[in-house]
Amino acid sequence: MLELENLTKKYNTGDLALQGIDLEIPNGQVLALIGPSGAGKSTLIRCINRLVEPTNGSAILNKVNLTKLSSRALRKSRRKMGMIFQEYALVERLTVMENVLSGRLGYVGFWKSFFRKFPKKDMNEAFRLLDRVGLLEMADKRADELSGGQRQRVGICRALIQDPDLLLVDEPTASLDPKTSRQIMRLINELCQERGLTAIINIHDVLLAQMFSQRIVGLALGKIVYDGNPEGLTPEVLTKIYGEEDWSATIEKVEDEDEEM
Amino acid sequence: MINNTITTSYPDYWKKPPFIKRSWLRWTIIIGSILYLIAALLSMDINIQRVLEGIPRGQRFIESFFPPNFSDNRGVVWEGILESVWMAIISTVAGIALSIPIGLGAARNLAPLWIYMTCRFIIAASRTFPEIILAIFAVKLFGFGPFAGFIALSLGTIGFFAKLLAEDIENSSPAQAEAVKATGANWFQWINYAIQPQVMPRMIGLSVYRLDINFRESAVVGIVGGGGIGATLNTAFSRYEFDTAAAILFVIIAIVMVLEYASGHLRKWVQ
Repeated sequence: MLELENLTKKYNTGDLALQGIDLEIPNGQVLALIGPSGAGKSTLIRCINRLVEPTNGSAILNKVNLTKLSSRALRKSRRKMGMIFQEYALVERLTVMENVLSGRLGYVGFWKSFFRKFPKKDMNEAFRLLDRVGLLEMADKRADELSGGQRQRVGICRALIQDPDLLLVDEPTASLDPKTSRQIMRLINELCQERGLTAIINIHDVLLAQMFSQRIVGLALGKIVYDGNPEGLTPEVLTKIYGEEDWSATIEKVEDEDEEM
Repeated sequence: MINNTITTSYPDYWKKPPFIKRSWLRWTIIIGSILYLIAALLSMDINIQRVLEGIPRGQRFIESFFPPNFSDNRGVVWEGILESVWMAIISTVAGIALSIPIGLGAARNLAPLWIYMTCRFIIAASRTFPEIILAIFAVKLFGFGPFAGFIALSLGTIGFFAKLLAEDIENSSPAQAEAVKATGANWFQWINYAIQPQVMPRMIGLSVYRLDINFRESAVVGIVGGGGIGATLNTAFSRYEFDTAAAILFVIIAIVMVLEYASGHLRKWVQ
């Protein structure tokens, strides 16, 4: 269970990015966070794992108040929060395997990680995950040799090998083509189901959000303006989130054609 | 469709806006710089007579270099070269070893303000003094010989290497750094996994470049007593053995060229 209470972020520039967010996410729920650019979606998920320090309020994951943790305890808690990034954020000059194994850094000591001597169990899990996303033979390739969709799958492996309770996903499809976007979203969704993971997915694409999540939260100017099921996204709601526009084409229900991964 | 009927008339000519918007300021700077350059040139007081007299003197000087005397019956040239080579190597290694913590501390995205300021101060101090001044200090402190040269070159390396390392770290991708931080990695793991891979190729190239600089500088620090080939070169000049001096200069040029070539290859290979 993830509980956000009055989560507030005010940047030094004076921008109030989050204005007292209250949100409760039960275990195993996949939630899509939609909203225009600058609505505070990225800030919201970064305030949970404290890549951005919230100004006020609290984020409580399985009874641990993340906002109160010391830096050592925070590192320990970050292990339980996997993150998937826009533009993949792989370390480009490291191999695919090193990128995946970097998800275990919180669990191993410095010298073990320095010499890439991860426990057998971790190596095994890394190969298993790479095989699950169809990249087993890419293990020794450098991350910058992969295509966009492949890189994002490596990013997914890096998050999952952390053995997280919570997945924070920031615009996973922002730089992918429509087909790859769907494949990536489907993969994330499947993996969440398999492992019973809680996930918050920031996403621009309203259709993808409707297709792949159980609950949608709309954010506008740092406030929650919609919280409900995907079917509830009416033109009125979208106008409330994004502003006036012709929404008739967006909310048309699309059939999810079965594509190969 | 765009309506093509033209109702308003648009200008048919456009000029790039000038870099300095205020025209009086722009012209003051341009005319001021030209006047200053003219004044500076005039105040140099070039005496054509002396230049003309100097040319044949220079010719005779250069002629006395040839043929270069590689035979070197006392064996001092090779001794000097070898001394310079190991001086350059160990001062590069030691200098880089010292530069890494200072460079990390001088990167604003890694270090808190007070560490940043301290490290930047060390770098600025090291850059203020050229190798020859550092060598004069070192010779005063530790006496003549290659140890003084080694100290001078190591200190000189810090200003160069730490500064460029810090700048490369500051230019590294924050997204990659953030991603590794989000896994719960500690600070050292974060540096090792997110920062090091990003700056490594450039640092390897710069290391070889600095080795090249330190070898050349070893000739300079030798002249003020820092040992190495510079000391040999200095002796050759003061004994008027210009043919031996020429041989030394050629060897220096050859070694620098080899290093240049090697660093180019290495850089391409590590990219």
